[in-house]
Amino acid sequence: MKMQRWILFFSVLLSVLFPFLPLVLWSMSERWFYPGLLPQSFGPRAWSYVFGTAGSQLLTGLSASFSLALVTTIVSLILGIPAGRALGLYDFPGKKLVSLLLILPIIVPPLSISMGLHFWFIQLRLAETFIGVVLIHLSFCLPYTIFVIWGVFTDYNPDFEEQARSLGAAPMKIILQVMLPMIFPGITVAALFSFLLSWSQYLSTLIIGGGKMLTLPILLFSLMDSGDRPVAAAVSLVFILPAFLALMGSAHSLGRSGLQGVR
Amino acid sequence: MKGSSSHVTAKNGGTGRKASPWRLLSLLGPALTTVLVLFGGGLVLGLLQALGYLPAIGFSTIGLEHFGHVLQDPDFGKSLILTLYIATTSTLVAAVVSVLLALSLIRWAADSRTIHFILQVPLTVPHLVIAISVILLLAPAGLFSRLFSALAIIKSPAEFPLLINDGWGIGILAVYIWKEIPFITFMLLSVLKNMGTELLEAGATLNASTMQRFTHIILPIIAPSLGAACLIVFAFTFGAFEVPFLLGRTYPLVLPVWAYKNYSDIDLLARPEGIAIGLIIAAIVIISIVLSQIFLHFGRKRGLTI
Repeated sequence: MKMQRWILFFSVLLSVLFPFLPLVLWSMSERWFYPGLLPQSFGPRAWSYVFGTAGSQLLTGLSASFSLALVTTIVSLILGIPAGRALGLYDFPGKKLVSLLLILPIIVPPLSISMGLHFWFIQLRLAETFIGVVLIHLSFCLPYTIFVIWGVFTDYNPDFEEQARSLGAAPMKIILQVMLPMIFPGITVAALFSFLLSWSQYLSTLIIGGGKMLTLPILLFSLMDSGDRPVAAAVSLVFILPAFLALMGSAHSLGRSGLQGVR
Repeated sequence: MKGSSSHVTAKNGGTGRKASPWRLLSLLGPALTTVLVLFGGGLVLGLLQALGYLPAIGFSTIGLEHFGHVLQDPDFGKSLILTLYIATTSTLVAAVVSVLLALSLIRWAADSRTIHFILQVPLTVPHLVIAISVILLLAPAGLFSRLFSALAIIKSPAEFPLLINDGWGIGILAVYIWKEIPFITFMLLSVLKNMGTELLEAGATLNASTMQRFTHIILPIIAPSLGAACLIVFAFTFGAFEVPFLLGRTYPLVLPVWAYKNYSDIDLLARPEGIAIGLIIAAIVIISIVLSQIFLHFGRKRGLTI
């Protein structure tokens, strides 16, 4: 038993970590000619380029990606918590239809929707704007958020709110001091979902943002085109860092099932 | 998060609570309106454009010619087959590995927080980053080629088999399989944890073989979650752009890459065709989900367990 456990542990560890090896090696390499298995010389060229010469560009990309993901997540939660509550707590006619309406944006690729909306967004002057890109990210982040919060509220007991009310608590106080603390772990998962979905979007941002919203994925694509592998590897590592930190930070509150369901 | 395991399978079983229509409307209204306007609007406006209705640039007749062009293009069949091949293969391989992995985890490491944490890492890594890593690993001068060269198995990068931008989409499959295994595994783990060991012990008491215990006890229990997870993975890999764009061949193209290529063409006439391909992708994904639901429904009615 002990033996199998260790084999399982190391094979999972190895398969998960392996893809990061070439990224780390390339980002630290100065010269790496074929057929060297390791770089002939290591050096900080790529990293000093990323944080020095291209530092402002990277910072713009980071802040564009971060602010888009943050605003999309906040709006998704504001709209999604009441909707998830209604779906999780109550029976009503047409619930199946509502769930179908919410499943469709999750399975239909954002590509199809972005191309359809683009022309309309141009007319409404939403194309190439921050709000326009937030809206296109919302089209799939919001349904995802609602699904997670729906799940949270199916396990929720609203009787606690009733008790608070009978003790004279105001509605706002009930929301802030009874409901939110109880659903907080679920909210964390929903927020992470939405943040990661928006953070890793490429094509919908490109179509609606039209090259004006230079997010990290868009920077990465142009780096891959330019063929500078050490720099592309370094930016890739910067790109995964925030999500990884979020995972570390939330690991405690998420418990074991953690990020189950994240796309 | 027990509830989030049932993404696609709609939550059955009522809650027994009712709310007034006004209350429901105030809770659901804003969110549903947003989804309906953005998603429904995107589909409807896309359809209008694909039918040739673009009054702003002087096209105001409606017709199926753009869809006709796409469907009659000899490349359409090739693209469709390639896209189906990639989506099906990556989903099936990831599903089989996930079932084995989930069962091993339950058996040998159900209490290990570390291993569960490690397995969550791929969920946070964007597909794009893994695509770049796979290029650095599998390209003719990539890390594997260097390794084989160091072991004197090959003499030059030209002898290394073509694994990216190749005909079989090996690189694309590698990215998807690595990304989707943890996704499916976590969906299965939540079901397996709730299952407990009683049923398996009962099976063992009745002298059921390992295979019998798997097909008659475990498989029926995990089937709904496995099916739902596979559908999400299939739909995603069928409609995703980045990975086949970076790791695929220039001909034939997968449908999403072909759609965007048309859409971004300098020739504005190609644009409605791009949108038409986008809608065909959406239709294929929706139809395959509806068909699998019908199939599952009839399967259950006849007493089949999968």
